[in-house]
Amino acid sequence: MATLKELSEKKELFSGGHRLCSGCGIPPIVRLVLRSTDNPIVVSTATGCLEVGTSIYPYTSWRTPWIHSAFENTAATISGIETAYRALKKRKRLPVDKDIKFVAFGGDGGTYDIGLQALSGALERGHSFLYVCYDNGAYMNTGIQRSSSTPFGANTTTSPAGDMIPGKQEFRKDLTKIVIAHNVPYAAQASPHNWKDLNNKAQKALAINGPTFLNVISPCPLGWYSKPEESIETAKIAVETCFWPLYEVENGILKINYKPKEKKPIEDWLKMQGRFKHIFKPENKWMIEKFQERIDKEWERLLALDGKQV
Amino acid sequence: MKKSKQKKFIQGNEACVEGALYAGCRFYAGYPITPSTEIMEVMAARLPKIGGSFIQMEDEIASMCAVVGASLGGLKSMTATSGPGFSLKQEAIGYACMTEVPCVIVNVMRSGPSTGYPTGPSQSDVMQAKWGTHGDHPAVVLTPSSVQELLYETIRAFNLAETYRTPVIILYDEVIGHMREAVTLPLPGEINVVERKKPNCPPSEYKPYDVQDGNVAPLAAYGEGYRFHVTGLYHAADGFPTSNTKLIQETNERLVNKIDRNKETICKNEEFCLDDAEIGVFAYGVCAKSAKFAVKELRSKGVKVGLLRPLTIWPFPDDAVEEMAKKVKTIIVPEMNLGQVVHEVERASKGKCDVRGLFRVDTDPIHPKQIMNAILGRPVEPTVIPSEVLIERDMIDG
Repeated sequence: MATLKELSEKKELFSGGHRLCSGCGIPPIVRLVLRSTDNPIVVSTATGCLEVGTSIYPYTSWRTPWIHSAFENTAATISGIETAYRALKKRKRLPVDKDIKFVAFGGDGGTYDIGLQALSGALERGHSFLYVCYDNGAYMNTGIQRSSSTPFGANTTTSPAGDMIPGKQEFRKDLTKIVIAHNVPYAAQASPHNWKDLNNKAQKALAINGPTFLNVISPCPLGWYSKPEESIETAKIAVETCFWPLYEVENGILKINYKPKEKKPIEDWLKMQGRFKHIFKPENKWMIEKFQERIDKEWERLLALDGKQV
Repeated sequence: MKKSKQKKFIQGNEACVEGALYAGCRFYAGYPITPSTEIMEVMAARLPKIGGSFIQMEDEIASMCAVVGASLGGLKSMTATSGPGFSLKQEAIGYACMTEVPCVIVNVMRSGPSTGYPTGPSQSDVMQAKWGTHGDHPAVVLTPSSVQELLYETIRAFNLAETYRTPVIILYDEVIGHMREAVTLPLPGEINVVERKKPNCPPSEYKPYDVQDGNVAPLAAYGEGYRFHVTGLYHAADGFPTSNTKLIQETNERLVNKIDRNKETICKNEEFCLDDAEIGVFAYGVCAKSAKFAVKELRSKGVKVGLLRPLTIWPFPDDAVEEMAKKVKTIIVPEMNLGQVVHEVERASKGKCDVRGLFRVDTDPIHPKQIMNAILGRPVEPTVIPSEVLIERDMIDG
């Protein structure tokens, strides 16, 4: 595993000066992933904050071949690119020993919702690529609409906390579990606050010849109504409360990468974010209990699977 | 005591919601896309309070399918989107045409193709609105050009959908969608709201496509005791699939004819200063605002120019265009695309006058000065706003 010094000495493929918000979780995630291999990388990005914020004419943040196609199809696009490179190698138009890495980035909207079909198809066909979902739990680029990744209770513009309904009433979709069900060689959940863990996971994934997946929590001060200077801390508390467990499934074996010594109550994470403000009203106390219950159940499930074949 | 009318200062997308709720829309399914998202945001906040349902779906086609389902369940339903999302919805729009399920689809146009320019206006989906889904199908498409008019036209869209059992598309652009204007909300009962024609026969005799009078059959709601079959395949009067060639021919013709033969009622135009006009302008949506300003300006200088503004772009107002073509020497067609409706104007004018297009696709609206130059036969440039054309409020009232 690389040290921080070694990582910082690597070539920066994602340049500064992009237009992502201050406190956005996406840039540290992308930079770490791109630093996790020395091989050439081709990147495909779904429509979303990352795409919009890094490619405003006439500038680009990408010091590596990069393509944006549409919202629902980054996994399909990277499938095509990866296949084309294989064909070029077969015809000796590219050096056979040139090991090019393919990475697709998508937000939760472009991955959990509209892009799920393309992702599932690419995983099943077994293309050699890494899919990274930066999960900020809503459609932030269009102005904070709920997604199937939005946590229970959150206030968004399409699950507004009002007199009739106190925010989103559904629990989030467990995408990592869905990906694992494709029996891919490597899938993991990570967080930008634990850079070592994230780097390690990206390194592992990029070394594998086959479809791999990272689901990375990505704090969004704009949509979470959290303090930009606390973004990394927000991600950390998400892990400490077990809202976002760090774990991986490598060749079918599940491993929890971090077990908090003392699991923090979910309130600790909720109270850092304005999108959960209404949950703390006395009449909505049941929502915190319901949230906690769900997290406990999921964490217990994970603990029971630790070290086992899934 | 007479209830006084409520005035609101709202953006186009909010006015669209006001119109929809007035018309009785109680179901909305959608997917976020700029510049239409405000419609779903306001729907999400408003519908639960009046017993309606709002669902955010996982993608565009799912939203369209949910709308079809909800309408079959008996609710007046709508969705809203923009260019790329409109493309993704097309299969289900065709399904709604084929199965004759009333619903309203809003397309707040942005520049394309593909992602294009999400935050700027365009009028480049006019042909997609007509021919986007495959096969010969009916198309009813409305093109309002002010915030107040958008409210009224949304009510009309629901009325047309229910009257003809067909999807109706409201086509406007980012400018109309995001522009704020003072809007008067109609009082209850002030504007006619059409309710769906329900069957009055016993459930055992009900056939969902049994056209008795006119071209439209009554539609029962799922769950009301009427069991019936709905399919995107060609079907007989009872709704079950058929391979009878005669029936296929008849059904396809009926689907198109139910709109074509009622063109006179569905078409709606505004004619402005056309009586003695020597030059005509044919403009819709946001361009009609600039066109009207240009016509007023030039009229004040003695130029004999008039405007024909369709509020219904499909079915196309052939007769009105032909009438104008008989009177004028030239028709100018300003459009925020590279020439779509201009070809229809050419066709409908039957060679009786000269037809000239004025196209702009840089995502800035066509300026009145450009239209004035086109009318006067001058070069259309420049596109920069000249200082002498300061738009006065009363000049742009729609």
